[in-house]
Amino acid sequence: MTNPAATLPQPSRRVLPGFGLSLGFTLTYLGLIVLLPLSAAFLKTAGMSWHDFVAAVASPRVMASYRLSFLASLAAGLVNSFFGLIVAWVLVRYSFPGRRIVDALVDLPFALPTAVAGIALTTIYNKNGWVGQYLEPHGIKVAYTSIGVFVALTFIGVPFVVRTLQPVLLELEPEIEEAAASLGANRWKTLTRVILPELYPALLTGFALAFARALGEYGSVVFISSNMPMHTEITPLVIITKLEQYDYQGATAIATVMLMASFSMLLLINLLQKWSRRYHRI
Amino acid sequence: MAAVIVSSLSAPMPPTAGGAPRATHDPVWVRWTLTAVALVFLGFFLVLPLAAVFTEALWDSQKKAFRFGPYLAALRDPDALAAIKLTLITACIAVPANVIFGVAAAWLIARFQFRGKSLLSTLIDLPFAVSPVISGLIYVLVFGLPGWFGGWLDAHDIKIIFAVPGIVLATTFVTFPFVARELIPLMQAQGADEEYAAITLGANGWQTFWRVTLPNIRWGLLYGVILCNARAMGEFGAVSVVSGHIRGETNTMPLHVEILFNEFNSGGAFAVASLLALLAILTLILKSIIEWRHTRSQRS
Repeated sequence: MTNPAATLPQPSRRVLPGFGLSLGFTLTYLGLIVLLPLSAAFLKTAGMSWHDFVAAVASPRVMASYRLSFLASLAAGLVNSFFGLIVAWVLVRYSFPGRRIVDALVDLPFALPTAVAGIALTTIYNKNGWVGQYLEPHGIKVAYTSIGVFVALTFIGVPFVVRTLQPVLLELEPEIEEAAASLGANRWKTLTRVILPELYPALLTGFALAFARALGEYGSVVFISSNMPMHTEITPLVIITKLEQYDYQGATAIATVMLMASFSMLLLINLLQKWSRRYHRI
Repeated sequence: MAAVIVSSLSAPMPPTAGGAPRATHDPVWVRWTLTAVALVFLGFFLVLPLAAVFTEALWDSQKKAFRFGPYLAALRDPDALAAIKLTLITACIAVPANVIFGVAAAWLIARFQFRGKSLLSTLIDLPFAVSPVISGLIYVLVFGLPGWFGGWLDAHDIKIIFAVPGIVLATTFVTFPFVARELIPLMQAQGADEEYAAITLGANGWQTFWRVTLPNIRWGLLYGVILCNARAMGEFGAVSVVSGHIRGETNTMPLHVEILFNEFNSGGAFAVASLLALLAILTLILKSIIEWRHTRSQRS
């Protein structure tokens, strides 16, 4: 926020034209496309009695779906944090042939439609697939199980940790590592006491982003999961099922719970990013 | 090959004094291990699925050979063509709408001071936090038969849900923040000096926008458009809720992929999926080119 306009006094509003036009258009478009439809979900839920609401959002089947969505997203987020840290480190610190291609490839989950990822992962991990044929004889089933859900959620979360860590790693000044070294720290100590603490806020932000994205994910999961109620059914799928049964109220109630969860995550991520920015200014 | 990797892995590092391991960079075996771990992880989770899409689309497992005839036939199928057409139509409406919004929002947020600005920025990002399924559901609640305007729309025989307008609306919602998000930080970083100069020299608002602002933001705008378009063409969850899945009418490409896959027509599903995968690869290439241009122009 160091733009010159910010430091100018109030009358700056009148120097450039278009304030009214851009304000009016932005608010109208935002209201019609985003706020009005979103408020429909909350208003519909507000019209339910407390008893109906609890019955809809806390039935055993829905609770089982929360549990799967939460645990699979958590596991996927943790795996992505661990490997994302290594990937970001390797991409920033080392140079090797094809590094630029690997770097571009990290964004694939953003660019590849989730349905395509879903059918590809299903085909790889089913019992005749490239990976599945080696896992199945050992009793490890991935496709059509909750492990499959975890695999799909890991795929879609890959870019988040890498992309939040990369800029922080790039800005990390080599001087602090040199200082640690000259004060007698070995490489391991430098890494764990000096470098890693610098990365924690960004790592946590990346994890939260991947986790939040995984909670709501639908397209890649429905193919690789067997979608069995109580076992391999994620919460977004419960919403779809209720809609297909014309249970709009039930679907909306669960959607409201999910919206509250994702808005809390959004708030948390914003706070984390503020913390991270302050952390690095010092 | 191995020698090439060794030399390039250790190339950018200054020679260590007396060969003693220094605490400022990693020993060679650490570099090798970490690079291998990173590449194996990305190989498993990213390269393998991408390779599977093209292999499944083109490989005939019975004849053990690549085949193009069935691949092209699957793409020439009338339902596939209708899905491709609908996907293009949807993107052609949703992307320009969000471009106009993105430019207006960036102009507003990066060029003026007003109360509630940070709240507005947060609200613009809101659709990213919403599950795709819910993005579709909320439009059903507004325009669907049990929704706010459902009765009125039905009485006037206007179909929005389970028809093309619903698909366009849901797509617009999920791709809503892409352009604004790229442009706001870019225009904030550039500052308004050049626009002030243009206005002072007598240009009017539109002239300033077309001649000064737009040329300055064109790469950032293109970047946002590419990401917005990739998501618009590939959106599945939100569109799935509002589409109604009528073959040849309200199926976009990702929905058509789903139907074919569930009908055990794996070849057909992967043929259409391969087009979407090509779009993804093209997106990544264009994105990298723009990023590369950006870092180069910053350095010079």
